[in-house]
Amino acid sequence: MDFQQLWEITTLPDNIPIVLLGILTPFFLWYGFREAVKNDRLIAQLEADPALAKTHHRKHQPYHPAWDKTVHVWPYLLRIEFLACLAVTAFLILWAVYFNAPLEEPADPTLTMNPAKAPWYFLGLQEMLVYFDPWIAGVILPNVIVVGLMAIPYMDTSPLGNGYYTWKQRKFAIGGFMFGYLVLWLALAFLGTFVRGPGWMIFWPGEIWDHHRVVHEVNVHLHELFGLTDTLQIAIFGGVATIGFLAAAGGATDFALRKYKPELFRKMNIVQYVHMVGFLVIMAALPVKMVLKLAFGIKYVWVTPWFNV
Amino acid sequence: MVPKNELDTPGLGEVVEKVQEAKDLHLKWLKNPFETELWRSIFRHKVDDAPRNRSLAVLSNVFLHLHPAKVNRDAVRYTFTWGMGGITFYLFLVLTFTGVALMFYYHPTKADAFRDILYLKNDVPFGNFMRNMHRWAAHAMIITVWTHQMRVFMTGSYKPPREFNWNVGVILLLVTMLLSFTGYLLPDDQLGFWAVTVGTNMARATPLIGHEGPLGPEIGATAFNDIRFAMLGGSIVDANALLRAYIWHCVALPLVAGIFMIVHFWRIRKDGSISGPAPVMLASEVKTAKGRR
Ligand code: HEM
Repeated sequence: MDFQQLWEITTLPDNIPIVLLGILTPFFLWYGFREAVKNDRLIAQLEADPALAKTHHRKHQPYHPAWDKTVHVWPYLLRIEFLACLAVTAFLILWAVYFNAPLEEPADPTLTMNPAKAPWYFLGLQEMLVYFDPWIAGVILPNVIVVGLMAIPYMDTSPLGNGYYTWKQRKFAIGGFMFGYLVLWLALAFLGTFVRGPGWMIFWPGEIWDHHRVVHEVNVHLHELFGLTDTLQIAIFGGVATIGFLAAAGGATDFALRKYKPELFRKMNIVQYVHMVGFLVIMAALPVKMVLKLAFGIKYVWVTPWFNV
Repeated sequence: MVPKNELDTPGLGEVVEKVQEAKDLHLKWLKNPFETELWRSIFRHKVDDAPRNRSLAVLSNVFLHLHPAKVNRDAVRYTFTWGMGGITFYLFLVLTFTGVALMFYYHPTKADAFRDILYLKNDVPFGNFMRNMHRWAAHAMIITVWTHQMRVFMTGSYKPPREFNWNVGVILLLVTMLLSFTGYLLPDDQLGFWAVTVGTNMARATPLIGHEGPLGPEIGATAFNDIRFAMLGGSIVDANALLRAYIWHCVALPLVAGIFMIVHFWRIRKDGSISGPAPVMLASEVKTAKGRR
């Protein structure tokens, strides 16, 4: 084991932010969940005691009936904002004094960089390129992510947990979001930053980048496992497999939701429900394709003369 | 000494009187600068510590009036917002300031761009510092936007009536990422060149409007008329791409970001200020009737 390579990646000035993010995210998760636990405890207490629920002020923060409900922005908010600005400025000054922004050789179209890595905040997307062709990874998926994020408020109809931290009242919503953000976005960005090396090959921590490493990837396509050779047959087979998978995953999601979250099904209207299942299925398709590629070396499940999936 | 006649030339006595007056006035102003005409022409309210003046301090100031005069006493708790939205906005201001400073030294041309960065790095007073600060504030802004979004999700703050402001936020997220992307090319070095090459190559594969995308060639998309060509102003990352990145980065995207931030902040006010920390709600209190509250 030789962690020289890992150290080099980690201390690259442009990677310091992702290291920081790797510290901040768990911290804020803990910080938020700590509040959620306090609120959940209060909720349980109030649910058990309807009389108390009628009179309680319903916050876990210190409370005194004689206190004003509001405070003046000047000075109580503005001084916080001012101090925050000072702290951020001080932090940036130190950062800018001790770490230089990178500058490589002048751009040269004839001299390819290997690996040509995007900045860390795009590495989640770049990693998706391993599993899907660019028209999906670079065009369809980013658009689905944006539209999916925008659709969240219109699909999540639960009035619970509006404006306070809670876990027990929103397990499904928070679990789904965190899976997408932490696993499918951040974890992939970390993978792209710390594990991907020359040729976009996997070099685990402890391995040194070997620029001459060749891997004879045995990429197969799903239809080859079934011995199909005719173009039309292949296209139809892939279409059936892909659309079949999406339909089956949609059906399974629907079944599980109705079984385990009946209230969710009843509360949502059909347009909300169908879209939510759709987004969940697309979200699930990414890890499924990752497993197919990483574990079984399957590159495409659907090959046609015009596009591949 | 009273002048006998308005038309008489003021004599020495009167001048001495004026000097006396100057001394008195200055002493008065120094004692209480807030009572001067100058001060009162700038800030249109009294300064003694009274609730009315505290409110006016915020409401009569163009930079502060996005705030309400008063907020919920718990809303200022760090445990609720983590200050992330505010810090994101402050970083945007830092980026505007340092960015303008860098613009004084930067030409978006193939001949100059890289040399300008070297010049900034090595010769311009505080040039390297400004460049570093701009770079790290940009990275920090990505971190804080993501974390802000995570907090907004965790507090369920996208729920009614804030659905639309969540959408404004998603657009701000997108614009923030695009600002970073376009800025990356500007030093015209290997790092930016290849990142942008890889990034824009994906656009080739756009369905229908990319020349390597599904059904693109079939409807006549080529490397010289497709979406990637429109992004780069050419079929390769070259002088036109540099100019386009520059204009997006320094003019168009900051304008878009600014406009959406104005809407974002305005909507926070109109949606009834920050969502919480709100009193908890019990499942048993949810109305069973279908539809929105
Ligand atoms: C340039 C980026 C952004 C800036 C400068 C910004 C700024 C702010 C600020 C200052 C607040 C006040 C509360 C706080 O500090 O947390 C806020 C609230 C809010 N932001 Fe953002 N934001 C940005 C991006 C986003 C994104 C990406 C989202 C979500 C997709 C979002 C959704 C919201 C919502 C829903 C609120 C209301 C929260 C509440 O009432 O509790 N914003 N934003």
